[in-house]
Amino acid sequence: MSLKRNILDLRRRKKEAQQGGGEAAIGKQVAMGKKTARERIKAILDENSFHEYDLFVEHTGKDFDMEKKVLHGDGVIIGTGTMYSQPVCIYAQDFTVAGGSLGLMHARKITKIMDHALKMRVPIIGINDSGGARIQEGVNSLAGYGEIFYRNTEASGVIPQLSVILGPCAGGAVYSPALTDFVFVVENISKMFITGPGVIKTVLGEEISMEELGGALVHSEITGNAHFYALSEDECFEQIKKLISFIPWNNTQKALRFPTQAPTFPVSIEDIVPSDPHYPYDIRDIIKAVSDSSDFFEIMELFARNIVIGFGRIAGNTVGFVANQPMYLAGVLDCDSSDKAARFIRYCDAFNIPIVTLEDMPGYLPGVDQEHAGVIRHGAKLLYAYSEATVPKVTVIIRKAYGGGYIAMNSRHLGADFVYAWPTAEIAVMGPEGAANIVFRKEIDEAENPAEMRKQKIQEYKDKFANPFVAASKGYIDEVIEPLETRARLIHSLEISENKVDKRPAKKHGIPPF
Amino acid sequence: MEENKPKYEVFIVNTAQYYTLHTKKYGMRKKWQPVDQNEVRSFIPGTILEIYVKPGQDVAAGENLIKYEAMKMQTILEMPFTGKVKEVNVEVGDKVSKGQVLILLEEEPVE
Repeated sequence: MSLKRNILDLRRRKKEAQQGGGEAAIGKQVAMGKKTARERIKAILDENSFHEYDLFVEHTGKDFDMEKKVLHGDGVIIGTGTMYSQPVCIYAQDFTVAGGSLGLMHARKITKIMDHALKMRVPIIGINDSGGARIQEGVNSLAGYGEIFYRNTEASGVIPQLSVILGPCAGGAVYSPALTDFVFVVENISKMFITGPGVIKTVLGEEISMEELGGALVHSEITGNAHFYALSEDECFEQIKKLISFIPWNNTQKALRFPTQAPTFPVSIEDIVPSDPHYPYDIRDIIKAVSDSSDFFEIMELFARNIVIGFGRIAGNTVGFVANQPMYLAGVLDCDSSDKAARFIRYCDAFNIPIVTLEDMPGYLPGVDQEHAGVIRHGAKLLYAYSEATVPKVTVIIRKAYGGGYIAMNSRHLGADFVYAWPTAEIAVMGPEGAANIVFRKEIDEAENPAEMRKQKIQEYKDKFANPFVAASKGYIDEVIEPLETRARLIHSLEISENKVDKRPAKKHGIPPF
Repeated sequence: MEENKPKYEVFIVNTAQYYTLHTKKYGMRKKWQPVDQNEVRSFIPGTILEIYVKPGQDVAAGENLIKYEAMKMQTILEMPFTGKVKEVNVEVGDKVSKGQVLILLEEEPVE
């Protein structure tokens, strides 16, 4: 009898706490086009797999009349569940409870589940929807953020960390997502910034809307803070599930293996690339033409579009693709594209994912803005990331591989395991036009018809150097292959590299050009 | 794919012309302009508190030109070289943005 009473009491308490901020606040949340924290967790995890902890945690604020307020769960839901029947840890800030503001206990709950995730070596997914620090709790909120950042850093490269921005994420709060591996944003819902439009207006007199300052598109296209852009929360959850299917649960495992599937891309790989190296095509078509089911999951699609990164599978195993994109800015390397690719390479290396590099680029982006933005140190990140990576590394040179870019795009010299070139490859210190101008300057200047002579010399240089055979004669590339052989070569190279061991000198850590 | 080709732009790398698309960010980049020593600019947005000089005035290097407040910090801009004030573009109380030309100078022809 008494047991029954206790059970009923528990149920009543749970029901009350699970209401979060109550009906009115939930109504507001829904009116903004947002799901509640609990709905979000359920949408991401396997059905009925969510187990919650710390539901009854209460805040500890004593100042500014806070002691009279009840904040259910202190504005954050934490727990464990499964995705693809594998365990994951998750937390979701509940905007209906005090605006999801972060106080001491709120932060303690988050760090508790982060500690779990790290100890259990399972991925952690954080859903951010918070007005920021709970001002009434003063420095305790700051302490909370700091403790989260510390754990983000500790977990980095050990377990996958995903941040889902489904509401405001402002001030110090932005740095937790920034430290994690992947950031998901949704149009009209996600807002990320250090200093909001209000402060910017008072201090600087610049007027800007939240969306223009730190909306989903801004972070996907301009800042590069976000990796995945969706138009709705549901689309965002599908992206999370898809990403999770490509990555291993921690840094000692490999990604889930799937049965080998043939590519389904309708165009033959021979017909994608124009033979004239000055004309563009979509490099993603090549990726699709060599990937299982032609399924390519692109990351940071809208940022630095001159390089393409993302996951696909080859013979059932996840690979990370890094590919120059001639469709945008002729596929040049620049500050942003180097940064984008370098971080992805380090992700793949940390999580045992082989890297396939497809190369077609004419060099570095010229311009004062690039030089002043630090293309030297940003470009160096790419060299560092490739050189440092010990996972299997395969390169296919499709067309242009000129100058510094040839070295940077996972050349043999940076430790590539296999380097292939199509017969259309041009591996040279620079493009024939630029090279002819320098090498044959005298002949061109002194010719009766300099334009004609220049054309002739460009062709001469092209015939002699703008091909894969000079590099092949030195063994810098392993084989010149026909485009149709590409997939088979990739499959074989990755098979051969399955048990690759590549030891590096022991060190605490390197000093990459951050 | 061939049917509705996007409009490609010409893009030059090492004198070679490539046909390609621009990115939004590339379109937003600012053209570099050489620094003009005769322009005294605000390096942070703020409010003008005091102006110490008038147009036509000779000023020695290091003398005060203008005092302005930005983010509760007061900053005094000094004369970078000995010369003449050509124009004063602001008044006390004006809110200025970053990089705005506040004063135009003229270098003394001597030396």
